[in-house]
Parts: sequence; C-alpha cells; structure tokens
Amino acid sequence: MDFFSDPIAFIANLLRTWLAFIPEPWLSLLLMTFGVVVVGSAALVLPLFTIWLERRVIARMQDRIGPNRVGYQGLLQTIADAIKLMTKEDITPLGADKVVYNLAPILVVISVITMWAVLPFAVNIYGADLNIGVLYIVAVGSLGTLAIMLGGWASNNKYALLGAFRTVAQLVCYEVPMILSMVVPVLIASSWALAQGQTDFNPMSLKDIVVAQQSVPFLLVAPVAALIFFISSVAETGRAPFDLLEAESEIVAGFNIEYSGMKFGMFMVAEFLHAFTVGALVATLFLGGWHGPWATQYPLLGMVYFLAKSFAAYFLIVLMRAALPRIRIDHLFEINWKFLVPLAVAAIVVTMVVNKLVDPAVVGLGWNALALFASNLVVAWVAFNWASAQARWLRRQEEAKLQALPDLPGGHDEAHSPAQPAGAH
Amino acid sequence: MQESWVFVGIFFLIAAVFPAAPIILQSLILGPKKNNPVKNSTYECGIETFGDTWVQFKMQYYIFTLVFVVFDVGMMFLFPFAVAYGQAPAFTLLVVIGFLAIICSALVYVWRKGALRWV
Repeated sequence: MDFFSDPIAFIANLLRTWLAFIPEPWLSLLLMTFGVVVVGSAALVLPLFTIWLERRVIARMQDRIGPNRVGYQGLLQTIADAIKLMTKEDITPLGADKVVYNLAPILVVISVITMWAVLPFAVNIYGADLNIGVLYIVAVGSLGTLAIMLGGWASNNKYALLGAFRTVAQLVCYEVPMILSMVVPVLIASSWALAQGQTDFNPMSLKDIVVAQQSVPFLLVAPVAALIFFISSVAETGRAPFDLLEAESEIVAGFNIEYSGMKFGMFMVAEFLHAFTVGALVATLFLGGWHGPWATQYPLLGMVYFLAKSFAAYFLIVLMRAALPRIRIDHLFEINWKFLVPLAVAAIVVTMVVNKLVDPAVVGLGWNALALFASNLVVAWVAFNWASAQARWLRRQEEAKLQALPDLPGGHDEAHSPAQPAGAH
Repeated sequence: MQESWVFVGIFFLIAAVFPAAPIILQSLILGPKKNNPVKNSTYECGIETFGDTWVQFKMQYYIFTLVFVVFDVGMMFLFPFAVAYGQAPAFTLLVVIGFLAIICSALVYVWRKGALRWV
C-alpha cells in the first residue's frame, strides 16, 4: 500500500505505528479526531481564499481593481480583515436574548462545515460514508436556516427581525425544490447500480452516487433536476440575487445588523463557505465528482478534478451574484411555488417512468441515458412554454387594467394624448 | 457504518470549537471593553430606539411556512422509494405517482385559494 493509491490508509497506518502505545478504541478515536481537524480546517481556510477571489472577480466585472495591496495581488486581504475584526469590541445589544444571540453565529458555521463530513473528495478520500448522505446534507443545511432565524430574532432589532421573517419565507421555501431535485440522482443511481450489477451499494450515500456517475455524469441525464438544484441551493445560501434576508438597500443588513467583530465574521465565513459547498455538492451530485482520467488509480488526481469541478460551479455562482439584480419578494415566491416545485415533481415522475420503460438493465446505460436526456428536454420545453404563456397572459391582464384607468393629467400616456398640444410643456 | 457516525459526532464537536474559539478570543481577550448604554442600544437609522421589537407581524410568512411543512413531511417519504427504485416492480410507480398527486393536490388547493400570491 503506497501513498499514491490510498493516501488516507497510508497516513493512518503510519500514525498507527507511531502511536502504538495508545490502547485501541482511543487510538481510533484520536485518528478520527485528527481527520476531522484536517477536513474542518481545510473547510475554514478555504473562505480566506474564496472571499479574495470573489472580491477580485466582482471588482473586475464592475470595472474596478479590487483588493490588491496586502500580500501578492491582495491574497492576504482576508487575513488582515480577520485580524481587524478580532480587535473590535464585543457588543451585545440591550434587550437581546443573550444565549441565542451568541449561539447563532456558531450554529451557522457548524451547519456549513459539517456538510464537509460526507463530501467524497476522491475514490477513497472522504470523511464519513453515511448510507443516508443526501438526507444528512438536507438536515444539516436546514440547521443553518434555523441559525439565521435565531440570530435575527434574538438581536432585538426591527431590521434584523424583518430579515428573520424573510428567512422563514425564503430559505424554508427553497428547501422544497432542493430536496425534490435531490431525489432524481438517487433514483438514477439506484437503477444504474442494479444494471451494472454492483453489490453493497447505497443510492443515498454521496460516495456511491459519484461511483454511479462513472460513465455519464448526471448533469447529462437529469439536466432539469440539476438546474433546479443549482437555483434553489443558491437561494439557500442567501446570496445575491437571492439576498433578500440581508438586502442592504432595504433593511440595512438584515439578520446580521447587530453583529459586529468576529460574530459578524462568522456569518461571513459561513456565507462564503456555503457558496463553495453548494458548488461542491453540484459537482458531487451532477458533475461526476472526482471522476476523470486516471482518477481511480491516483486519488490525489481525483481530488484535483473534484476541486476543479467545484470551483467551476462556484464561479458560476459568483458570476450570478455579480450579474443579476436582487429579485423582488413576490417574484421570489412565485418562481419557487409556481414554477420550481411543479417542475421538480414533473422531473421526478418523468425520470421514474422513463427509466422503467427504457430499463438500463435491458437496453444498456447509453440508450437509457439518451432517453432520460430526451425526456428532460421535453419537460424543459413544456415548462418554458407554459411559463411564457402564463407571463404573456399576466401582462395582458395588467395592460387591460391600465387601459381601464381614466386618463389622469400626468398619467402614463400623457405624451400621446391628443388633448395636450405638443408645445404645452 | 457506526464508525462513520462516530466521525460525524466528532465533526460536530470540533465544528463547534472552530467558530467559538475566535469569538471567545475576541470578546474576552483581544477586544476593548468600554460599554455604555448608547453604544449598546439597537440600531435604528440613527434615531433613538423606540417601541417594542417583538410584535405581531405579517401573517403571510406563517402561511408559507405551513405550506412548507406539508411538502417537507411528504417529500421525506420519497427517499425510501428512491433507494428501492432499482428493484421496485413497475406497479409501484403508480403508487408513488398517486402519492405525489395527493401532495400536489395540497399545492393546487393552496394555489387556488390565492395563498401563494404575495400581498
């Protein structure tokens, strides 16, 4: 067993021989704790880099330069910011619920970091291989929603409370299409594993979902589910264009308005890490995870593929943040309940039925993937046409309402009114 | 499998230490401690804080949360089926489609009631 074929087992064996004087259950616990600290600190160090990356990218898109003074190209800017936050006074507002107020920033970071426990970085590099990995992601993710609600509620501030209300509405609602779209990869993984004759396979574990994408990534098999998952999990992060819970121009800073110093820093870390984690989840569930040339022989290479795919998805999230304006609150809910949720249900039903009709065990994976892709295109086409027909109908109604209004002076069609001579202004 | 859960348990403990350590370091050691009532009052556009924060507010948020609960509980039952889908006979699809139809009828009901329209 050498380092390149199984790095985790290699390091574990090395440590086991060094620490052989510790009795057995404690040695395993110690090694696990070591692994947890490595994964957790990797996850926490990452935002130091991604915050810088995001600021530079968005600065470029807005024709600015961005932070470039501290360190090479401004790489140490985030560390400087963190040091500055550390030396600030810790303020708890009067009348705040002290326990909950101090718990919220810790809870929000816990909810994001613990997602990393089940991410498969390479063929044999992963923290825990839970047989209900997908459910674990959902459960831990909704802990973050709870933390944001608690923080907004406990601050005893009206803006923070408004932010907390919007959290209830937005983060909670967007969980519905997110969970529904996660069912589709589980379905396909379940049937493909059987068709490939794999035994000891858990369709809900993230590691095995990646294994099932060996020949075709699920993005090509379930593009509709991938799109729904991407949109709704970006909404779950609460970033632009879905940043209603901390909309600067409306409710100042929303749920984190009363937080300062490192507590505010923890909300920032959680937000930026969550964005990258969404990229990593998209890579795991839909882009084929660590799969790539020679990834099975050399797990470290697989880790590179995984990080590259995660960064590609993350970069798309950053571009969305830079390019799209904040979405209006009524549009936010209408997109969710009237478009994404029915579309996700339709995607599940179509995937289920088509996958049984064109059985991968009978016709082979290739034809099955082709049939699923074609059916997804049909679903997307129908949904798009239905949505645009609805939009056209709504616009006609609005126009009819405007037509019915009496012509008021200074009204909307004053310029075209024949009663007003052109030279009157 | 048990080992995985032990790993997740340790992960939760360590994940609590990571954010808690800098916060405690800042609030107990590094940061200055010069409180006064004005500094500690909650922010409100620069004017003095008045009135109660925890008031009764818009009902609509509550309705959305209720609709969410209906879906969330229903959706969890889809995962066991999705796991068993590979071996499931074609007949079971009818059962699941019926199940989805029942959940979606709730959505249609709420939609027709106009509860999904933001007012």
